[in-house]
This record gives sequence, structure tokens and C-alpha cells, in this order.
Amino acid sequence: MSKFIKRFYLFLVYGFLYAPIIVLIIFSFNEGRTRGSWDGFSLIWYKKLFSDKEILSAVYHTFLVASITTVVSTIIGVLGAIGISPYRKKLRAAILGINQIPVLNPDIVMAVGLMVLYRILGLDFGLVTLILAHIAFTVPYVVLSVLPKLKQMPSSLPEAAMDLGATPSQTLTKVIIPYIKPGIFSGALMAFTLSIDDFVISFFTTGNGIETVSTLVFSMARRGINPEINALSAIMFIIVLFLLVLMNLRTEKVT
Amino acid sequence: MRSFKKAATPYFIWALLFIVISLLMVLYYAFTGESGNFSTENFVRFFAGSSLGTLWRSLKIAFFTTLICLVVGYPLAYAISRLEARYRTLAIMLIMVPMWMNFLLRTYAWVTILSKNGVINSFLRYIGAAELDLLYREGAVILGMVYNFLPFMVLPIFTVIDKMDEGLIEAAADLGCNKLMTFIKVIFPLSLPGVASGISMVFIPAISTFEITTLLGGNKTNLIGNVIEQQFTVTGDWHYGSAMSVVLMVFLLFSLIFTRGEDEMGTGSVTSTAEVDRE
Repeated sequence: MSKFIKRFYLFLVYGFLYAPIIVLIIFSFNEGRTRGSWDGFSLIWYKKLFSDKEILSAVYHTFLVASITTVVSTIIGVLGAIGISPYRKKLRAAILGINQIPVLNPDIVMAVGLMVLYRILGLDFGLVTLILAHIAFTVPYVVLSVLPKLKQMPSSLPEAAMDLGATPSQTLTKVIIPYIKPGIFSGALMAFTLSIDDFVISFFTTGNGIETVSTLVFSMARRGINPEINALSAIMFIIVLFLLVLMNLRTEKVT
Repeated sequence: MRSFKKAATPYFIWALLFIVISLLMVLYYAFTGESGNFSTENFVRFFAGSSLGTLWRSLKIAFFTTLICLVVGYPLAYAISRLEARYRTLAIMLIMVPMWMNFLLRTYAWVTILSKNGVINSFLRYIGAAELDLLYREGAVILGMVYNFLPFMVLPIFTVIDKMDEGLIEAAADLGCNKLMTFIKVIFPLSLPGVASGISMVFIPAISTFEITTLLGGNKTNLIGNVIEQQFTVTGDWHYGSAMSVVLMVFLLFSLIFTRGEDEMGTGSVTSTAEVDRE
């Protein structure tokens, strides 16, 4: 009996979590434009999606911003984590305290801070400010995912490399980075996901007609949403699902 | 490792510019008026005007959202942690998968479900029942928040329960606790650190969101996030908007103190019970 209740409860909550996604996917195949009423199966919105310049350019910007952000913030974050790990405990704690601020601060406060900063620096809002903002809020996550790996590494390891004649840059590329690779990978993945999914910070720091998928959905929601967006999200969901299954298969093979 | 201290230079520049200076600038804007002189007029205006009511409503909605997430999420995290190992991974995966899909799109899908011609009302019409007015109310906003933030509550609680030493639970059973008592005396106290971090991970975004309110609340439900957004995008009063952001940050500080206190308590009780266990 209690097992039944447990199953039923899980079923209910997962139903709640997936209901909107299922509705979205079903209505992406709807022939009519109105939401809620089913007018028959059709692929018309998928066809229209691939000729809609506004949506395609938003998708392009989203991935462009996410890719640049991932590369830059991974480099800054990894080097930062390596650089602060030899500091004394108290100083390191203080640095990490500052590092925590963007993680814990409400997004809107971070966004407002960036806006004010850009205005004082005299920057024009557009693609550059958008990318800078994304780098700004993803760096702390990279640092946080690399630091535990660095802590695990015995300090005798880089020391041995240097004693044996490796230069600091050789030690970095041949010893330290291979050791912390899993941390770097998870940090980069996190930066990419956060950047793709971000809305609040993009909304405040973009300009000049540069839209990401999130900001486009938000502005569309005000003037009535386009069913092409349903088709886009269905495609994105299938891709995510596919990647997850692929990753799962790979990890199962490794273990 | 000492020779690598220099590697952190770009990181320090980043932290200085994007965290320290940008927050100081928000403070500067908050404590100055249009003329650029020091003044507390923004805060005076805030605590005297209608924004105080908005803040109060935001707190109320964030509180209910957090409460519902806890009441729904705790049993869920617990039930998942009691599943067989292979189902457990799948169940946690299924909690995270929606988070990889654009959250605005997922939130907007609720409009399709709740609206006047939406899925629920079409169904009600079909069975001949009266239609419900679901969208653009406070309830819809809370629903949207719970929907978006529930995983933030479930994941930390699950992590803590999943890592819990099985020996402690067995020991409690050996010493005569029934299932309920084991839960009340052992599992629940040990899971408190997860609960604390879940609460702050839900409460902080819930009190500051403006996008969920805009999508599901129409123009009827205005929260503090919406007012800040309007100051920066419509009204253009950055000083007042900054002052409100500072007020929001104060809540962050409160929740930080709250979680830290809980955390010390939680880890403290883990070590002390572990020591008792060893004796």
C-alpha cells in the first residue's frame, strides 16, 4: 500500500514537471495558430521556423554567446583557481567569499550592477556587453568546480615536475591541467548551460536589437507568441534528450 | 605551486571589475539623487511609498513558494532516495532534464494550459463543467515559481539524504526505533543542511523574479523584481532602482546567515552522532 502511494506521488510530481513540455511538443504539431484548440496535425510551424530570420538569428546569438563565454570563462576560472590555491587559508576564504557573491546574489541585482558598470564605462549595449556579462556571471561556477580537484592533487606532484626540470608552463600543461581535467570539463559544461538558459542578465545587458532565444521569447510573450517557438523548443528538447542518453551510454561503457 | 600565483591575475581583474566595483556602483547610485549628491531620498521614498506594499507582497509570495516547494519537494527527495539504485539515477535525471530546456518557454507553456481557451478549460467545457479563471492571478504566479524552483529544493535535500550513513539508520532500528521515529529522530535532523540550502536556493530567485510574474501574472501581480525592471527599462530612474536592489541584497544577507547557522548545526550533529556511533 505505502509502495503504491509512493509510486502515485512520484507519478503526480513528474506529471507536473513534464505537463508543460508535453503540451508544448503536442501543440508544435498543431495546424492552427490558437493555443488550446487542436486543428489537426501539421508540420507547418517547423517549416516556417527554418525561414524565420528573427528566430534563427536569436538561436545563432544564443550559441555564439554561449560558446565564447564557455571558452573565456573556463580559461579565466581555471587559471584563477590554480592561482589562488597556494594562498594562505584566510586570504583564500576571503577571495572565495567574493566569488560566492554572483552565485548567491539574485540575478536581477547582478544584472543591475552590470548595467550601471557599463554606463559608467561608457559602453554601448549590444553583443559585446552581452558576452562580457555572460563571462562575468559564469566564471565563479568554473572556479567552484575546479577547486575541489585542485585540493585533491598532492602538492608534491607539481613540485616533483619542477624539480625534474619542467618549466612552470610545462608543469601547468603536462601535470596540473591533466589532473584537474574532470573539474575543468564540468565547469565548462556548467558555464555553457547557464549561458544558454540565462534570461535575466541577458535582458538587461543586451541592446542594439541583439536577441537571444530567452529575450526573444519574453518579448514575443508580450505581443502574442508565435507557434514556431513551440517547434523550436520541441527540437531543442529532443536534442537535449538525445545528448543525455548519449552521455549516459558513454558513462555506462566506462564503468 | 607558488609560481602559479600570477595565473590568477585575469581572475582578480574580473572579480574586481564585475563584482566589487559593479556592486559599489550600485551602492553609489542608491545613495545619490539625480544631482549626484549623497542622499537617502531613494530609501525614504521606498519605505514611504507603495513599493513597500510590493515588497511585502513579494515576501509573501516567495514565502508560500518556498513552503510549497519544501512540502512537495521533501517527500519527493526522500522517496527518490529510497528507490533502487538504477531507478534512483533515472529519477534524479528526470528532475534535471526540464532544467535544460529554456525556462521561459516552459513557463509560457503554462499559459497554454491555464488560459481561457487552454487545455484545462477545454477539458472542463468538454465534460460540461464550469470554466475556471486560472491565469493572471497570484495563484498562477506561485504555480509558475513552484514549477521552476522545485528542482532547487529537491536536489540538495536528495544529496544529503543519499549520502547519509546507512549505519545510523540501522543503528536506530536496532535500538528500537520504528520507521517513523527513525525518520523524526535520525533522518530528518541529518537532512536539515540540505533543507536549509534548498530554502535559500528557492527563496532568493522567488523574491527577485520578474519574468515569471510578467508571463503568468499579467499586469495584475506586480512584485519587487518587476518594479526594479521598470525603473531600469521604462522609467529610467536608475537611482531608485539601485536602492531597491540594495534592499533585495539585504535579504540575501539574511538568508546567508540563516543557511550558515543551519549548516554548522547540521554538520555538528553529523559528527557528534558519528562519534557516538563509534563508541
